[in-house]
Amino acid sequence: MFKNKLVLPGLTWISLFLLIPCIIIFTYSFFERGVYGGIEYNFNLENYVRSFKWTYFKILLTSGQIAFLAASISVLIAFPAAYCITKANPKYQILLLFFMMLPFWSNYLIRTYSWMVLLNNQGLINNLLIYIGLIDEPIRLLYTKFSVIVGLVYNYLPFVVLSIYASLSTMNKEIIEASEDLGGNFFDTLIRVIIPLSLPGILAGFIFVFVLSVGNFITPDLLGGGKFLMIGNLIYDQFLSARDWPFGSSLSLILVTIMLSLLFIQSLILARKKL
Amino acid sequence: MKKIYLCIVFCFLYIPILTLITLSFNKSGLPTSWGGFSINWYYELFENQKIFKALFNTIIVAFFSTIIAGLLGTLLAMGMELRKSNKYIEATAFIPMIIPDIVMAISLLSFFTLLQFTLGLHSIIISHVVFNTAFVCAVVRTRFKYFDHNVIEASYDLGGKHIITFIKITLPIILPGVIAGSLLSFTLSFDEFIIAFFTSGAGSSSTTLPMLIYSMIRFGVTPEINALSTFIILFSFTIVFISQRAVKGKLLI
Repeated sequence: MFKNKLVLPGLTWISLFLLIPCIIIFTYSFFERGVYGGIEYNFNLENYVRSFKWTYFKILLTSGQIAFLAASISVLIAFPAAYCITKANPKYQILLLFFMMLPFWSNYLIRTYSWMVLLNNQGLINNLLIYIGLIDEPIRLLYTKFSVIVGLVYNYLPFVVLSIYASLSTMNKEIIEASEDLGGNFFDTLIRVIIPLSLPGILAGFIFVFVLSVGNFITPDLLGGGKFLMIGNLIYDQFLSARDWPFGSSLSLILVTIMLSLLFIQSLILARKKL
Repeated sequence: MKKIYLCIVFCFLYIPILTLITLSFNKSGLPTSWGGFSINWYYELFENQKIFKALFNTIIVAFFSTIIAGLLGTLLAMGMELRKSNKYIEATAFIPMIIPDIVMAISLLSFFTLLQFTLGLHSIIISHVVFNTAFVCAVVRTRFKYFDHNVIEASYDLGGKHIITFIKITLPIILPGVIAGSLLSFTLSFDEFIIAFFTSGAGSSSTTLPMLIYSMIRFGVTPEINALSTFIILFSFTIVFISQRAVKGKLLI
């Protein structure tokens, strides 16, 4: 590792300003909060026990639930979109993908704020629903789990389309033709051939949305209305308001563990597919 | 059928953005009713000194973190592709891209506090370099797919020194990746909120634009935000178009 001088500066920077800070919060998570904030250095596992009490465990479960729904909905919307793009004229495919990705590059806060405007009680969507006569008075859309999920799907959908497209476009067309020649109808081919073969892309997209959603702070904060909806909000609060850094650290480590195990499962599934 | 479906998806992606752009020209300033066309909110925006100060800070942070990360990330990518790499190097270069922002933010805050490091724009720059390096590295590495390693051998055989080989052979091949990676890094840093928020320290002297936008959205929305959003959206899109040209039709990421 140290013979490779080219990687040294970058790796040193990342180690110094990411790995060491992570080791510090790992250590903090076994200590307790001092009377005036700060850290009391006596070793215990109290923070982890506390994380699994219902008050906090509930928030962990909600985070998982919201992230799971956001990831599933993203895949359900993105798969047909990616499929449609692969069927489009090859000349326009890159262009379609480009415009699919474009919103992804604008500011995350602003993209999230646009949904605050749309989902507001007097917002465009409520007005539209009243206008077409589906509802009589505004329904509460903003500051709910629904609005958080919409925000997450909106922000991460382009990437899922891209990752599924990458899988679909490299697929061997002859296999699909073979399935059709052997008498499989469209849905047979879809379920038995296309979806299994594009699984790496689907899985990558799903994990991407799940991982970025479960630890998200901005979306649940802005579209969830500042309640402790998700673990990101809770960590934020432990560090800035409650000033219980050790507890915040243990929550962070639980979050990282959830994330890493998902990525590990993904690598296992992908490794099995190759065999 | 396929066209209709794609249309719906594109509507879902673009209507929110177009709504903000339209509202920025709304005289009434309300998101609910149209009060006629006006560019008044743009005047208000240009008179807001806080925004210019924040914009200046953001550009400083994005510029310096991009310069440092551009260098570190490119070297890292070269080291990983041209020399031996192993799973520890791969993991270290990968973690900054996937770690939740909030976790990175609090661990950096803990780290800086423990060292009693004075916080300010420089600590934001240090923090942004961490994830920018990883992204630059990832983008530059994609360029090595088009890279014939024999070319380097040939250069050495013909008596080329390391530095000459780098300038004449390696750099021209990876340059589009370096430019695209740097532009990506600039955009990421320009937009980044939560890490900057935690590592900026108290006081408003190192407030960045995303931090200002956050407080504008979170605590009392002023109509100027729509005008500001329009500017930032157009700015980001311009950068993307430039970087598309840099990689010549190859899609980013």
